Amino acid sequence: MVNLVYILASVLFIFGLKMLGSPETAKKGNLVSAIGMLIAVVVTLLDQNIVDYTWILIGITLGTIIGATAALRVKMTAMPEMVAIFNGFGGIASLLVGSSEYLVSGSGFDSLIPIYLTVVIGGITFTGSLIAYSKLSGVITGNPVLYKGQQWVNAILVLILFYLGIEMVASQDWLLVEDWQVISSIVALAFLLGVLLVIPIGGADMPVVIALLNSYSGLAACAAGFVIENNVLIVAGALVGASGLILTNIMCKAMNRSLANVLFSGFGSVSEGVSETGEQGEARPIISEDAYLILEAATSVAIVPGYGMAVAQAQHAVRELGELMEANGADVQYVIHPVAGRMPGHMNVLLAEANVPYDKLMEPEDINPIIETIDVCIVIGANDVVNPAAREDPNSPIFGMPIIDVDHAVTTFVLKRSMASGFAGIENPLFFKTNTRMLFGDAKDSITALVSEFKS
Amino acid sequence: MDSVLILLLFVLVLSIFLGFELISKVPSTLHTPLMSGANAISGITIVGAILTSRAEIFESEITFLLGMLAVFFATVNVVGGYLVTNRMLSMFKKK
Repeated sequence: MVNLVYILASVLFIFGLKMLGSPETAKKGNLVSAIGMLIAVVVTLLDQNIVDYTWILIGITLGTIIGATAALRVKMTAMPEMVAIFNGFGGIASLLVGSSEYLVSGSGFDSLIPIYLTVVIGGITFTGSLIAYSKLSGVITGNPVLYKGQQWVNAILVLILFYLGIEMVASQDWLLVEDWQVISSIVALAFLLGVLLVIPIGGADMPVVIALLNSYSGLAACAAGFVIENNVLIVAGALVGASGLILTNIMCKAMNRSLANVLFSGFGSVSEGVSETGEQGEARPIISEDAYLILEAATSVAIVPGYGMAVAQAQHAVRELGELMEANGADVQYVIHPVAGRMPGHMNVLLAEANVPYDKLMEPEDINPIIETIDVCIVIGANDVVNPAAREDPNSPIFGMPIIDVDHAVTTFVLKRSMASGFAGIENPLFFKTNTRMLFGDAKDSITALVSEFKS
Repeated sequence: MDSVLILLLFVLVLSIFLGFELISKVPSTLHTPLMSGANAISGITIVGAILTSRAEIFESEITFLLGMLAVFFATVNVVGGYLVTNRMLSMFKKK
């Protein structure tokens, strides 16, 4: 009977994910999926074998309070960090389930491999997510933390972990005798690896890491499903594992780098002088009054938001500017690069929060063919995604990455706080092109100044 | 191999295929809510956490603690995940 309800829950998850695929049905899809989760939990609680409800209900209540508070109060700009933390919690939950089962039964061959997998994957997901959270919220440096022989250390740790796995699965007493020794050392190593694998990845690549960790938390849940032979965990875990992997793949394609390159090459750091550094010409500043004159006369405008817009919380001002320009007779579009911001779709969410209709959001491949017809491109706190070095400089670390060719528009305004380099620490020749003007200052202040020019 | 295991492996393989089919059609504009929503689903571990609260487990304090922590963390994952996703999706409006 319980299993029938589980099948229904799985069906609801599947429909929910399907409905999440289009903006009209997405919100309902989330609701459908939530109902699936609810019935799965309720029918599990009604299972006869459960000993003491009190503690379970305490755990659920506490979890609900904390989860709801965090979810309802977080600012949209902190969304990536939130997803990272929730991810990590899912990982550690799977690890705890696996460990608990091991300490109780440690039974036959069949369930030891899933236990091992759920503990390892869950552990790596947990600490990896904590590191991702720390890097994004600034608790630790966004630069890759590299040291000599790093790859060797990681490889050796992986081998030790693998060996411990064999010892656990084969139930041998070669090195460690007690059950709790085996499980604690595996847990500790998984935690350590989670840290060491994410630490060398630079902040610019965090979207990929979060997508990958999302997938891992699903895989950990799936493995836990094999441990307790529960089909709803297996199905839901596999669905999440697959979705995370697809997103990771999309992100890597958008950066034109392989996943191996992202995870292991220590990119995203302050450049060691591989590409051109130093003076490349003069950047031409502009003040908002003059920028207004050019915008006023423009008939087609493309707005390119980046993380700088998120930091300045300028999305509402941007929407206002967009509306004013449209009222003035211009055609306004927003171009969102897949890796702009800290998460895939990050910019889209911010603009949606500001009430920008989602049919105005374009992708680079939509705008690049017609970019030369655009009178003004307004780049707001975006850097690497509009860096022409990706097209022109074979020595640049981002060479080959598909970008938005804003330098091919008639005029480009770059809104930045200063000439400092962006997240990936690379010089941007866009700033020195003859048709580029730098509008320095906080993005929100600059846009608000433009808005008041339009209004006066 | 155990026949139950084989069936479960079937379920796994089919789910993976299904996951790929479902997800590849999502427009990039929804990727962040998708990641958040999928994350909420991964909180299904809560079911596993509740199930591990069986009589045998309550015999030992350690496993009891592990089970309760698992319930707590999984709940945060589920509740937080769905609410955050809902918040994001409430903002998508067409003109």
